[in-house]
Amino acid sequence: MSETTSTYTGFWKESPRSGILGWLLSTDHKRIGIMYLGCIVTMFLVGVCLGLAIRLELIAPGETIMGAQTYNATFTVHGVIMIFLFIIPSIPAAFGNLILPIQIGARDVSFPKLNLLSWYCYVVGAILAVFAIFSGGGAPDTGWTFYVPFSTQTTTNVNLALMAAFMLGFSSILTGINFVTTIHRLRAEGMGWGRLPLFVWTLYATAWIQVLATPMLGITLVIVMFERVFGAGLFDAARGGDPILYQHLFWIYSHPAVYIMILPGMGVISEVIPTFARKPLFGYWAMALSSLAIAFAGSLVWAHHMYASGMSDFSILVFSLLTFIVAIPSAIKIFNWVSTLYKGSIELAPPMLHALAFIFNFAIGGLGGLALGAAASDIHLHDTTFVVGHFHYTMFGGTGFAFFAALHYWLPKFTGRMYNHKWATIAWGILFVGFNVTYMSMQAVGIQGMPRRYYDYLPEFQPLNLVATVGSWVLAVGLLIMFVNLWQGMRNGRPVGKNPWGSATLEWDVPSPPPMENFGEEDPVVTKGPYEFKGVVADEY
Amino acid sequence: MSEHNHETHEPVPYRTFILIWVALIILTGVTIAVSRVDLKELNIWVALGVASFKSSLVLFFFMHLRQESRLFRVGLLILLVILAIFLGLTFVDVLYR
Amino acid sequence: MSIEHRDDTGARFGMWLFLYTEVILFSGLFILYAVALMKYPEQYSQASHKLNIYFGSINTVVLLTSSLTVALAISAIQMKRIKQCLTLCWVTVALAIVFLINKYFEWSAEISHGIYPGSETLAEMGAGVTSFFNLYYFTAGLHGLHVFIGATLIAVVAIMTAKGKVTSERYTLLENSALYWHLVDLVWIFVFPLYYLIL
Repeated sequence: MSETTSTYTGFWKESPRSGILGWLLSTDHKRIGIMYLGCIVTMFLVGVCLGLAIRLELIAPGETIMGAQTYNATFTVHGVIMIFLFIIPSIPAAFGNLILPIQIGARDVSFPKLNLLSWYCYVVGAILAVFAIFSGGGAPDTGWTFYVPFSTQTTTNVNLALMAAFMLGFSSILTGINFVTTIHRLRAEGMGWGRLPLFVWTLYATAWIQVLATPMLGITLVIVMFERVFGAGLFDAARGGDPILYQHLFWIYSHPAVYIMILPGMGVISEVIPTFARKPLFGYWAMALSSLAIAFAGSLVWAHHMYASGMSDFSILVFSLLTFIVAIPSAIKIFNWVSTLYKGSIELAPPMLHALAFIFNFAIGGLGGLALGAAASDIHLHDTTFVVGHFHYTMFGGTGFAFFAALHYWLPKFTGRMYNHKWATIAWGILFVGFNVTYMSMQAVGIQGMPRRYYDYLPEFQPLNLVATVGSWVLAVGLLIMFVNLWQGMRNGRPVGKNPWGSATLEWDVPSPPPMENFGEEDPVVTKGPYEFKGVVADEY
Repeated sequence: MSEHNHETHEPVPYRTFILIWVALIILTGVTIAVSRVDLKELNIWVALGVASFKSSLVLFFFMHLRQESRLFRVGLLILLVILAIFLGLTFVDVLYR
Repeated sequence: MSIEHRDDTGARFGMWLFLYTEVILFSGLFILYAVALMKYPEQYSQASHKLNIYFGSINTVVLLTSSLTVALAISAIQMKRIKQCLTLCWVTVALAIVFLINKYFEWSAEISHGIYPGSETLAEMGAGVTSFFNLYYFTAGLHGLHVFIGATLIAVVAIMTAKGKVTSERYTLLENSALYWHLVDLVWIFVFPLYYLIL
């Protein structure tokens, strides 16, 4: 931290240990959150580079910059990194750790040491994942889904990648256990369930999914490792196994996992929108309970990833129906955000812009999801780039933009400094345009029939692929400007007071950056709801 | 919810635990005995039924669930519901293939 | 500094949440089992008869008894009978070792008959039998690993109790290790009839 005007540094300098050990051995939730954030952004940038490479290869038919095998490895590693190392931990592990305890008026999470352990699990997982690329029989080429029988037979370094995913799952479980317990046990006096900020509600729903779904991934990955080592044949039809059951077990985790990815993002949006509309959130309980409903309904629908796998027609019918149910709580959320905006006193600050982009992108992604959830249209769209476009709309356009909203909303709180709003707005505009150009083209070319995961394609798909690739460059420029601007702001920005946005939740009552233990001598007592803006004044900066 | 004072349980008398243990051993005997009688389809369900009963003895007595607050029981219920969903919906596929 | 505040109920609740994750972990294997059993009922019964019911039954009794001793250990520490508590903990650990030794002999016998994952003999016995033994080895192996971890935990807590770090005022560690140990028992309660007792 360079010194300009403010000398107050909060938790950045206060620590029982000094230097690097003060971070690596710290059990303070804010320091762990910052460490998570650093790692996650780093992995995100690695994933972005791989994604750009994929797009570059697809700029024209035939081999452009890499061969088939390299391409397979690139999209696999891009997927593994983005899913397991970026999106799943992005908001819960980084911002959950930073914000959750302060928002409920606690001094830390329930199990601070476990929290640190979860970060180490993450780091070990990240190292294994990166190591898997450069060692053994080459980078894994199975796709992030590790489908059998290919994953049990390929000679590439799948074992290490599986182990990495297993460690990351463990890290996710520990975070989940910590958050559920923290929310049940450590709420401040007066912080009833009806006064929990929506971000906490979504983290609560997320944490339950993390606890109840992640182990299924663990066992599935361990079985695949067992297969690769002993060649037993648990998923081999010739030896009494069933390859489709692999897909069931995998998606029993991995479908709820998409709600691990999106729910906390929805929580961020539910914080940002009332603040910048200066209006209480519309339908508090509908929002809170729809988070739990999404978590629950999300565990009922996994097999909609498998319509083309050869499972029974009857189950396709059932899962198709169940899939539509998830749309209900998601739509409740969208409508409530829009209703909150209605007649609000809207301020288009950078976090708000990202939140609005979230609503736009997520609505497109969500509606595309219905096209994929309906069995009839899915048979046509299955394994096309429409699917790739769809999940980037929900994961990148949704969670990614929510993550950017969170960065712009909460970083001033944790660094005590404000970034440049003009550049943030420019970056947002470029990002938004680049994003939609890239992935809308991918959806369109997918409808035309271009399969995903191919490094080559028919000449008629070229125009849209070219557009998508150019869009990816625009996207990259937007990201670059955004991160540079945030970094500049963190180091040299103007100091901010404790409540630059005029928000009403508890984290804005403590100094920026918050001190060790968050609150002074006295434990906080909560006397009002999270979105009661009456009497809340924004600090000038 | 927010009082963090030190809550303790009354110690469970040794006798209770020993009685539960006797019951568990007897139930083990019952499962083994029943499994040697041919009840066709029913065998597996009897085995699972006895196992579930044994589990609930372990859960409520050995694991002190009887003394814990409602939160713990609700948590267990959520777990069982989720397990039923995972198993049940997988069978929606497998049974109709 | 109140950061070192104490919340025993919270700690136990956290442990229960962790146990849920363990249950889900094993449930994946039970799903595979259920599907295969439905597909190959005859071969499963045939394969089950190859398992040694005596080893299985003895191990069941051993685990149930160890569950009792560790439950008694908690009552003992609550009643400030530290010595009894220590004895009960070590008996639990001893029973865990007995279980693992039994398992070792059981597996050696089976492996010497050529029954192990990926073996030729197994492949000749048919798909259902292969599937049964694959799942059996995997489930029992994973369970055995949990026995090992649980016994280690209890041994560590016993040492801490002897050193006075776990006391009758502060024994959450013992409670949580015991909870883990009961889970190991719970899993076995289902593994035993499903693998050893199919007619």
